[in-house]
Amino acid sequence: MTQTTRTDQSPPIIRFSDVTKRFGSLTVLDHFDFEVAQGEKVALIGPSGSGKSTVLRILMTLEPVQSGQIELDGLAYYQPGGHGKFQASPRHLHDIRTRVGMVFQSFNLFPHMNVLRNLTEAPVTVLGLSKEEARTRALDLLEMVGLADKAAAFPAQLSGGQQQRVAIARALAMRPRVLLFDEPTSALDPERVGEVLGVIRDLAQEHDLTMLLVTHEMRFAQEVSDRVCFFDKGRIVEQGPPGELMISPREARTREFLGIDA
Amino acid sequence: MMYGFHWDTSTPWAFALSILPILGIGLVVTIEATILGFVISLILGLGLALLRRARTRWIAWPSAVVIEFIRDTPLLVQLYFLYYVLPKYGILLPAFLTGALALGIQYSAYMSEVYRAGLDAVPHGQIEAATALNLSPTRLYCDIIIPQAIPRIIPAMGNYLVSMIKDTPVLSVVTVLEMLGLARIIGDRTFRYLIPLTLVGAIFLVLTMAATAAIRRLERALPKTGIQMR
Repeated sequence: MTQTTRTDQSPPIIRFSDVTKRFGSLTVLDHFDFEVAQGEKVALIGPSGSGKSTVLRILMTLEPVQSGQIELDGLAYYQPGGHGKFQASPRHLHDIRTRVGMVFQSFNLFPHMNVLRNLTEAPVTVLGLSKEEARTRALDLLEMVGLADKAAAFPAQLSGGQQQRVAIARALAMRPRVLLFDEPTSALDPERVGEVLGVIRDLAQEHDLTMLLVTHEMRFAQEVSDRVCFFDKGRIVEQGPPGELMISPREARTREFLGIDA
Repeated sequence: MMYGFHWDTSTPWAFALSILPILGIGLVVTIEATILGFVISLILGLGLALLRRARTRWIAWPSAVVIEFIRDTPLLVQLYFLYYVLPKYGILLPAFLTGALALGIQYSAYMSEVYRAGLDAVPHGQIEAATALNLSPTRLYCDIIIPQAIPRIIPAMGNYLVSMIKDTPVLSVVTVLEMLGLARIIGDRTFRYLIPLTLVGAIFLVLTMAATAAIRRLERALPKTGIQMR
């Protein structure tokens, strides 16, 4: 057996090389290197401000970087001499965003649209689907997240857990190759966390979907991910299969964070 | 006699009744000027607000200066300028159009600030979500930002509508025969000012109250489920 994990089988779908990201004088990512294989489920853990959410926001083109290269599915994010703060043409950014979806901590559903319209707006206006196709796709996704009866409801009429499940369906409606979860359960009441984790757990069974998950739910990270990366001060201090990293981490900083006595 | 209507000065009531049709003609002019001026201010104001929000400093900064300049100079000065100065440069507009334009321009500066506050109040997460869904800037504004801004700005716009109604008598200084101008002429000719001016005041009161009620209805009719109002 030469090929032990699927990481070895295909070129990485995401690649960060020597990326530095600063907010003013604060360095959030410091000469950061990172690769993700297609279909891989990666959990990013670590203390607040360690740069894990920033990785997702950079991938979603919500944040530019100061230096380094980023590639997604063969597309370079920053084209030398490109224009705008992302140094890339609107067309190029469009191509990148077509491949990535994001689920936010605060859901960010469109409050003036009902659930169905939240799910069909982008497929119709961006992908050019007919209203009927988009509607069918949306209803299938709502079924999948267990909210088939909420198509006509407005976000404000739903609980936090329901809103986040709609937000996951909305991201999936664009058929992204990479799905980013930025602390998807941090804004939820404790009793609502389970229903959202359940949906993410189901999604993790999708072989081709690449998932990056920033979370503070350690048990859950261990359960759904192929790899866990522990972040501290803008670098990955330690990474590995969840069974190893979460049970017997090598680095003192990781042990301290996970509360494992040395 | 005006516009074919004779006034009857025998009793105060008869006088009031007899000049009402004349004031009615002025009322139509008042309403027309308000509507035209308001529409101009809504469109021009949105344009100014978007220019001021532009990312390019060379667009945003001059726009801010223009807005401040319009806001900080009196309506009457702007009106005189349009009416007496522009013709010197070959731009000769009818008095009514000049008046409505002056109202529209002055209020567009106020309106742009209302739009700006409304647009800024849309949470940044909405823009991020739209970016993540790959919406174009046009769709972002038309489908996400503006629909959420409108319910927030309607009350402030209603205030400016009422304020504009009350500013329309300014038009009488450039010969537009709106309500107050007509009342003054009636007074000049009959030496009775109390009744015409009282009537004009009362009609303005009814007009502004109707406008306020209409705005309230509009506020209620607009869907604003889940949009945080402030």
